Order: sequence, then structure tokens, then C-alpha cells
Amino acid sequence: MTTRIAVDIGGTFTDVALERGDDLFAAKTLTTHDAPERGVVNGIAEVLDVAGTAAGDVTQVIYGTTLATNLLIERKGSPTGLLTTRGFRDSVEMRNENRYEQYDVNIDLPAPLVPRRLRRPITERVDARGRILTALNEDDVADAAQRLREADVQAVAIGFLHSYVNAVHEIRAGEILAGLLPDVEISLSSEVSPEMREFERLSTACANAYVQPLMSRHLDGLEVELERIGLRCPLHLMLSGGGLTTLATARRFPVRLVESGPAGGAIFAGSIARQLGYGDVLSYDMGGTTAKICLIQNGHPQTSRSFEVARMYRFMRGSGLPLRIPVIEMVEIGAGGGSIAHLDAMGRIAVGPESAGSDPGPVAYGLGGSAPTVTDADVVLGKIDPDNFADGRMPLDASAAAEALLRVVGAPLGLDAMNSALGVAEIVDENMSNAARVHTVESGQRVETKTMIAFGGAAPLHAARLAEKLSIRRVVIPPGAGIGSAIGFLRAPVAYEVTRTYHQQLSSLDADGVNALLDAMRAEATPIVLAGAPGHDVQESRLAYMRYIGQGHEVGVELPISIEAAVVDGTSPAAFLAAYEGEYERLYGRSIPGVDVEILSWVLTVSTGVPAVALQASVASTETRVPAGTRGVMDAESGAVVQAGLYTRTQLSAGDRVEGPAIIVEANTSTLVTSSFTATIAESGHIIMEARDE
Amino acid sequence: MSDALTRIHNHIMWNRLIAVVEEEAQALIRTAFSTSVREAGDLAAAVFDRQGRMLAQAITGTPGHINSVAECVKHFLAKYPIDTMVPGDVLLTNDPWLASGHHNDITLVTPFFFKGRAVGLVANTCHVVDIGGRGFTPDSRQIYEEGLDIPILHLYRAGVLNETLIEIIRMNVREANQVVGDIFAFAGGNEVGAQRMVDMMSEFGIDDLGDLAEFIIESSRAATIKRIAALPNGTYHNSVTMDGYEHPITLQAAVTISDDAILVDYAGTSKPSTYGINVVLNYTKAYTTYGIKCVVAPDIPNNAGSMEPLQVTAPEDCILNVQRPAPVALRHIIGHLLPDTVIGALHPVLPGGALAESSSALANLQLRGGSSVAGDYAGEVVEFEMMHFNNGGMGARPAKDGLSATGFPNGVRGVPVEATEAIAPVVFLRKELRQDSGGAGKYRGGLGQDIELMGTDGMPFDVLAQYEKVDNPAFGRDGGGAGLPTRVELGSGTRLRGKGQQAIPPGDSFYLGLPGGGGHGNPFDRDPARVAEDVAGDYVSLEAARDLYGVVIVDGEVDEAATANLRSTPPTQG
Repeated sequence: MTTRIAVDIGGTFTDVALERGDDLFAAKTLTTHDAPERGVVNGIAEVLDVAGTAAGDVTQVIYGTTLATNLLIERKGSPTGLLTTRGFRDSVEMRNENRYEQYDVNIDLPAPLVPRRLRRPITERVDARGRILTALNEDDVADAAQRLREADVQAVAIGFLHSYVNAVHEIRAGEILAGLLPDVEISLSSEVSPEMREFERLSTACANAYVQPLMSRHLDGLEVELERIGLRCPLHLMLSGGGLTTLATARRFPVRLVESGPAGGAIFAGSIARQLGYGDVLSYDMGGTTAKICLIQNGHPQTSRSFEVARMYRFMRGSGLPLRIPVIEMVEIGAGGGSIAHLDAMGRIAVGPESAGSDPGPVAYGLGGSAPTVTDADVVLGKIDPDNFADGRMPLDASAAAEALLRVVGAPLGLDAMNSALGVAEIVDENMSNAARVHTVESGQRVETKTMIAFGGAAPLHAARLAEKLSIRRVVIPPGAGIGSAIGFLRAPVAYEVTRTYHQQLSSLDADGVNALLDAMRAEATPIVLAGAPGHDVQESRLAYMRYIGQGHEVGVELPISIEAAVVDGTSPAAFLAAYEGEYERLYGRSIPGVDVEILSWVLTVSTGVPAVALQASVASTETRVPAGTRGVMDAESGAVVQAGLYTRTQLSAGDRVEGPAIIVEANTSTLVTSSFTATIAESGHIIMEARDE
Repeated sequence: MSDALTRIHNHIMWNRLIAVVEEEAQALIRTAFSTSVREAGDLAAAVFDRQGRMLAQAITGTPGHINSVAECVKHFLAKYPIDTMVPGDVLLTNDPWLASGHHNDITLVTPFFFKGRAVGLVANTCHVVDIGGRGFTPDSRQIYEEGLDIPILHLYRAGVLNETLIEIIRMNVREANQVVGDIFAFAGGNEVGAQRMVDMMSEFGIDDLGDLAEFIIESSRAATIKRIAALPNGTYHNSVTMDGYEHPITLQAAVTISDDAILVDYAGTSKPSTYGINVVLNYTKAYTTYGIKCVVAPDIPNNAGSMEPLQVTAPEDCILNVQRPAPVALRHIIGHLLPDTVIGALHPVLPGGALAESSSALANLQLRGGSSVAGDYAGEVVEFEMMHFNNGGMGARPAKDGLSATGFPNGVRGVPVEATEAIAPVVFLRKELRQDSGGAGKYRGGLGQDIELMGTDGMPFDVLAQYEKVDNPAFGRDGGGAGLPTRVELGSGTRLRGKGQQAIPPGDSFYLGLPGGGGHGNPFDRDPARVAEDVAGDYVSLEAARDLYGVVIVDGEVDEAATANLRSTPPTQG
């Protein structure tokens, strides 16, 4: 029998999940920031104890961490240098030359990870077709090495113009540097992110270099520690794109570990979607500071090739560092349980993005917080039972929460505490529903036909209302949602994605060139996957990013070529065009005749199959349960307080039915079933809320 | 419904309106062909009440369009009163005097209906790739040379496409597929916005936008007036001189602050140019109110209420309020200087002062190659027309350095060198920050750029120059120095004119030195450690550190004695 362990290091907690056959065990320990390996070992020891399993019986460990993300957000990576083409050393500083906020003239732009004095120009030049215009000046590289050694850098990124077409200069400069600076980690932009657009490619290469020394040290330490406690099984790392990889690959491309925790959450939701047989899903993860929304089709979370880390201004697009890596696509907004409510200059209720976090936390926690938060509003509205929060271990101060809401919102607007709380909750739910709606539309999908899968501490309190606003008719609240990301790691395939820029026009497609490119990409990805999954069958998917000539945004299109005969030939342009037009019409309603189509980038992913999930038979609801009691809770739709039935989640069993309005209480959160929903408990403990017909 | 709930709903619906128009803007960006729409978000999307009052605008957009579209919907309603419109109607125009100041911008207006009645309108203004005529150049002498002029017309009437109009557009523009594709994209964007508005009204159970409109407009007006009331009453003057085309231009502003309004009067400003850099009043208003908002009420959303207290006038015979048939294609060159002009006037009354002058006008590399310009060049000649956006430095802020290579007031994104080289036969030799270009000051102006490029294998090409600040740099404030001016040259050293079409000979290169922003405060007050950092990064030369900042640096370290000595005598510049 296999025994697998997944570990997710978050900012506050390290979550551990152990799966043995059909049994799942969990542990949660505090993250040990000075030496995260220690927290991992503590958590694993705890979960082994709970499960009664010996370390020697564990067959696989999967690891995901926010560590790389935090190094970038907190700017705590290693001193890093950058070699660039002479004349172009500022692309990481000039960025896109614009202000992400139109009216605030005092904004700051994120400083480059490599300061200008450590960005060294090298005489060399390759053109857009890969021709060498100026040979690499090797003396320049040696001079730069000297300068970087004096500055004590521990990592160097190399990013020359057009290296995504011809990397020969980057490779040679890397060899020279490796000889001169043997203890320094080197990242080539042509390996980390071989795509056109110098700012994004170099930003990614710099980020990779910047986190590499510390991540290598951490991963080495982790390997040693795991072995010390008797875990000699393979160790796999969770990537931001939703696949697993080996330690060796993670050491080379640590930037691909960014956001692995949220990726795990999306995979968790995807596996539940497959288990329950729901094809069209929106996952909704709401914690203390932010809410994340991801679209899932047939169990597969939506992916993207770019991402922005460490946004410094209200989570605003453009205020972070761009990374061009494969990621699971999510929108993240500053809406969590700890988000602070205030009035803006027009006297409008506004919520977030500032958060009280867990310290000092919401007013109701009584830990010194004085600013009213979303959680405070939830307490006042009756959604959270102040006496039974965290199993009664942490009584909440509802009257302090009400006072804070009255002071900040109620008094200026002439609202009582209940309506102040309603205003705050409605605004935060509105902000989330707006983000979900815009994101869905941008993806060419309809939101109202989706099933919502909600997890994270604050999501069950808001999910039903959010669904009402989006006209979503089914909401799933899974059990174990507190360690959803770690469970998600257990459901991820071993996978690796390779991206290349190779410009082609459909009217003059070079089939041999494309086939050679796809072969090279396959040859790169396959060994990486097989190293992590020896003997497994692998599958392959290929996307081309295409656009009408003249447009600026590309659309990813699955290539219409069969797996068996994966080659492009004379018939391909017509097939590519048909596939592109189909996707374009799905996204934008109509295609545009008479304009030629070009392909900019190619993406090839090799993966093991997604672990099979048995489809769970739906349970006929058998019995309507009678509540243990009732509590007054605000109904946001009507603006009136209604009596909600109270239930304890652990006392409900498969087939039980609960009519809204109701509150289903569990250790760390509560599920609000609004008046328009009926909940049933599924076989594996999911709460499934279905909208009642009106 | 309780009164409390109604009020809470108003707050929520206001948020919803902003999301609706943002959704519309994003739909436009993703489907547009026009470079400036998709790369720069050079567009506006907004929602209006029955009277044509703007209630909300998309966050994405540029000032010139946003504030122009706000004015323009009233003209549509004057020609086609709202109750004569029917479902399926879509109207459009590109009349510079009614909309945003030049033919390349097309404004589309779509009414939306609830329970059989027109309850509001959505509109967008976007830049199309071409509109015929001479193309995107200041060289025209009359509006008639600047391409197709479309009065307010139906694009769709009750859902039926105006095929005649489409055929006329097709015959009159370069890149007809892209232009017509864009127009359909704009209509599609409006359709998204209109549908969302109807959904919202049915969700919240309201039959018209009346109460919501009053709430939005009144609270925004009150919030804006509150900010104005915090400023001392009086009239404040500023004058900015710019290069112009055929002769220098003076922008003269008198800014009068009263208890509840700010009035900007441009009397005294230069007469119109005989070239296409003239500005219509709509556009003058757009950039003027944008500048005021940035320093007086940046956090208050743009709508009819927040804009009403900001009033702008200009005499009919001046370059900021030109009449037909004046040419206007490159009106942004002057428009982009208006924020600096009014901010300069307000500087004495703003708490902490205002940001220094910026490089301001967008510096496009508009290049043309091929048989029309190659002469008897013997090598391979490739036909091409390319535009590459670039930005100089932003002025220093009252307590922060200016942003380098970052546009203000334009919000236009730069284009990657790799992307341009992939589609045009050019090779960039450098594109880097320009040392010492930021004006000296306690807070340094943002740096401009050194840009140099040549034709592939030495092919000759023409530059359609449209550069400002060659003769008139961005000035500093409160003792801060000016940024370096623009330089336009051949790589071999010959100076070129700031404006107009000029040849780059075979084998030679084109050099453009983009200006820096002005500095803020006395450079002698700048922390010597920060000057040393600037020198270590080559943002500032050793010589400039000594001559402008009075800081002596030896082996990377500040020589404190020598610095104190230098700083005891007054600065040579500032």
C-alpha cells in the first residue's frame, strides 16, 4: 500500500497531509521561519504519529512552499548580478514605461532585484532572426566577473537580446562565469524563460537567480532532514503550474516554485470536481487577507504563462514583478476575513486591501485590533457564533465588533450596527463577485452555469451570498478545506512544461521547423518527467499562442495534431486556422475574416496522467435534519434578520438535508446556508448547497 | 425595502458600475488591433444616465479620452434625443470637435433599455490604426488632409448594420480589415456593458438610474468641492513655453480657486499653428482637468459630479480652442503639456507643493522605410511603417525622486525592443537610461533615455519626428534644476529638427535623447549618501555630483570635508 505525505509551508502554518490507501490524516504546525525544514520535520512527525505509520513505510513526499514567494516579496534573496547586451542594461528598471495608477502621482515602481551597478553590459548582439551581428566579447565577461566578485554576489542572471532564438552567447558567457566564479549560481534567461519580450524574460531570470542560493540551501537541508528522520522515499516539489517535479529541476528553476500553495488549492478543487462529476467549476479560496478565484474545466484548473509576484499597490496589475513561468491562473483580490472596513472620500463603504491579518486581527478577537474587519461584520450579522468559535477555545467579543462598526461606518452614515455590518459584508461580497465575473468573461466563459467549490477559513461564510450575486446555483464546501493545498499536492501529476518563441505565419508555415522545435521541446521535458515518475506512461499536450497579425494579445490554441503522428505537415495551416477561429469565436463571439494569423509561442507539456478519482455516486437526500437550535442571522437579499437553524457539521452524515436559512458549524469556520439554498451532505462529507427553485 | 438597504444598495451599485465599464474596457483591449489601444490602454469606456451625465468610467484608459468622452455624449443626445432611440441602435462619430480631438479616435454610443424604456447609455472612445489622409503626422495644413471625417451617424439602426458607412470607411483607410475589425470590437464592448447594466437593474429591482445617478453625482461633487475648499481662494498664473512646430508656443493659464470651483482660463495663449498640432477645446478640458485632479482630488472617481467644479475656458482664436478647418492630428503634443501648466500654477497653494515638470509629450519613434524614401540605395529595401512608444523622465515629486523613463501625463506603455525588431527591419544600438538627464534637486527628476537605432544592414529610412522639449526643457521647482532637453541627431553627429519628416542616410543611425524630468528642491539639500548611490549606479556622473549637488566622491565614498566645503558656497545652477 502506498503511503504519501504532502507538506505545504504557508506564511503562518505548515500543513501536512498523509494519505494511506483511502485514509487521510492531517497535521498543522506553526511555520518556523528561521529554519523552515524544522517545521516540516515537526509536522511530519506529528502526522506519522496520528496515522500510526513508520517513516520507513512512506513511499513519497510532496513539498510546496511559499518560501520563494516570500523571498521576492520581502526582498530577502541573495545579492545578484545581471549581464546584459551592451546598451540594454536598464530593461528591468524601465519596465513598461508606464504608471499602473493613473491619478496617484506619488506611486513607486518596484525596484529591480538587481541594482544598476550590478547590471554589467557585455558587447555582443544577436538579431531577431538569431543571426550574430556582434561576437561575444569574452573579456567583457571576465571584467564583469571581477566586478561581481568584488560585490560579493552569490547569483548571476544572464539575459541577452533575442537569446530565445539563439542562446549561444548566453551559454558561452555562462561557461566563462562558471569558471571564474565557481561558487556562484548562474541563471540563463534562455533556459529560465525562453520567450520574446526582454523585460519579462530578464525579470524572470533575475528572480530565479535571486532566490536560487537560499532555495538550494533550503532544499538540500530538507533532503538531509528527511533522511535523518528515516524518510528515504522520493521527494517531489509542487510547481506553480500545477505539476510535480524532482529536486534537481527545482534547484535549477526555483522561480517555478512560486505560488505552489495556491496551485495546490486549485488542484484540490479540481479533484473534488472530478470526484463529484462537475465539469464547469469556479474555485473560491478566501483566507485572512485575500480571496483567490480560479476557473476549472473538466477537473483542469486554467493555466497561464505569466504571473506577477509581489504586487506593492492594492494588488494592482502592473505593480509587481512579472514572471513568465507556467502558472495556474487566478485572480487575487484584497478581500479576506481580516480586511479592514472604512469610508472613502465620498463616504462610501470600502473594504480592504489593508488587512488586520492575524495580529492584531479583527476587533472581535480581543487581541488589540481596533479597526472593524469582515470577520467583525460576520460576527455581528450572526454568521459566526461568538461563543463557539474555534470549538469554544476562543470566545469572540461581538459587542466590541459592533461598536467598531458603528464608530467607523454606522455613525457617519446613520446606520445601526446590523446594517453597518450588512454594508461591509455586501461590499466585500460584491468586490469578489465583480472580480469573478470579469475574470470569467475575460476567459470567454459564463459564470452562472458553474459550480462553486469554496474553501479557506472565510469562504464558507460568504460562499452562498457570493453564489447568489453570481447566479450560481450549486456550491460545494469540502471537508478538510483547512489543508486543501496539501491535499491538492497529493492529486497532482508529475509534469513539466516547456515554452519557446518561434515566430510563424500560417500562410507560410515552416512544417519542418515546427516539427524540429516540438521534438526539441519534447526531448527537454520528457526526461525531467520520467526522472520523477520512472516507468510511467506519459502524455503530451501542445499549445500554440496565435493572433491575427496586427493584434497584441495571443490566444492559446490546442494544436489539432494527433498524439500518434505528432507532426505538422502541409494540411496543418488550414487545421490550425480552424482551431484558432473556433477558440477566437468562443472567446470574443466572432472571428475576423481576411486577416492572416501568426504564431508567436509554442508550449509543450509532458505529464503523467492525473491520478484517477473514482466518481462518487450522488447521494439521494434521505432525511431533513431538525436543527439543534436557531440563531438570528441577517439575510442579505431581503435586509431582514431571519432565524437560521443551527447544525454541527460533525454530527451530519451522508444524505442528511438542511434547509436554509441555516448555519453549519465546524471547528474553525461555519457554513452559511442562505434562505435560497438547500444543503445536502455527500458521501465523502462535502456540503452541497443547491439553489431552490423560486 | 428598508431605507438602510436602499442606501447600501447605492454603494454596491456604484462599485458595480465601475466593474461593468472595466469589463467593457478589457473586452476592447483584448480584441483591438490598434497598437495604442491594446499596448497603451489608449481608450475610454463609460456609462451615462439619460441626460448624458457620466456616472462611471473604466479604471483603464487615458486622460485625453476619458474626459473627452464625458463631454461628447451630450452631442449625440442633442442630435438623437434619447426617446427616439430604439434597442439595437449604435451611434458613432470621429468629429474632433465633438469627441476627443482628432480623426483617429472613434466614439461609439449604445443606449440600453429596461422595461421598454431607454434608461442610459454606454460609450467608448478608441484610437484606430489609420483613418486615411496623410497618416499620423503633423504635416497637414487643414483638417481635410487628415482623413475621413464621420459625423454622428448610426452604425446600427435597430440592429441593422449601416453597410454604406462600412463600405465608405473601407475605401478610405489603410489597413481596412483592421480598422473595420476595431469598430466591431468597440461595438462588442458596448454591448457587454449595456447587457451588464440591464442585469444590474433587474438584480437590484430598480426601474431607472435616477436615484443612483443623483447619489453618485452629488457625493462626488461634494467630495471634490471639499478638496477645493481646503485651498486658498485666489487667481494663480503660470506660463509654459514649448517648441511648437514652426515657432515657439506659449501656454498661459490663469487658475482661479473659489469656494466651490476651480476655473482655468487660457487667455494669452498663442494663436493656432498652421500644422497639425492644434487642440480642440474638448481635449484641452480633458488634460486640464486631469492635471488638476492629480494634485487636488486623485482618489475621487471621475464622473459628471466630480468634473463639474473643474471648469476650463480658452479664447476661440487660440491654439487650445481651434476651429475648423485647423489641422489637429497630433494634438497630444500640446495636450500632454497642459497638466504641467496648471499644476505649475497650483504649486504655491498645494500643501507640500506639486511635482516638477515632466518630459510630458510622448516621444514616438514613427519610422518609414521603403522605395518612397530609399532613393538610389543599392542594398535590399523593405517597405515598412513602424511606431515604437517611448517615455522620458517624470518630474521629481515633493518628497520623492521622479520616475525614470515613465510617462506623465500619458499612460502609454513602452514596446519591447525584441517585439519591434521582430516586425520591422531595424536594429537598436542602445535603449538605456540617459545619465545626468534628471533635473538636479533635493529630489532628482526621473531620467530620460538614450535611444539609437539603424536600418537592418544599413538600410536608409525616414523619421517622422514629433519631439518636444528640444529647446524648452522640463523645469524644476523650489530650486530644483531642469532636466536635460531632447536631442535629435544622426549617429554621425548632425543635428536634426524636432518635428517633421527627415532622412536617415544609408549606414547611419538615428539618435534620440529623451528628456529628463525637473528636480525638486535645492540639490545641495540632497542627502550625500543618495548622491553617492546615484553615482555608483551611473545615474549621475562624478562631475555632476560635484558641480550640481556639491558632493565630492572619492573611490565611491563621500568626501565629507570637501562636500561641506563645496556646499558652503551657493549652487551654480538651480
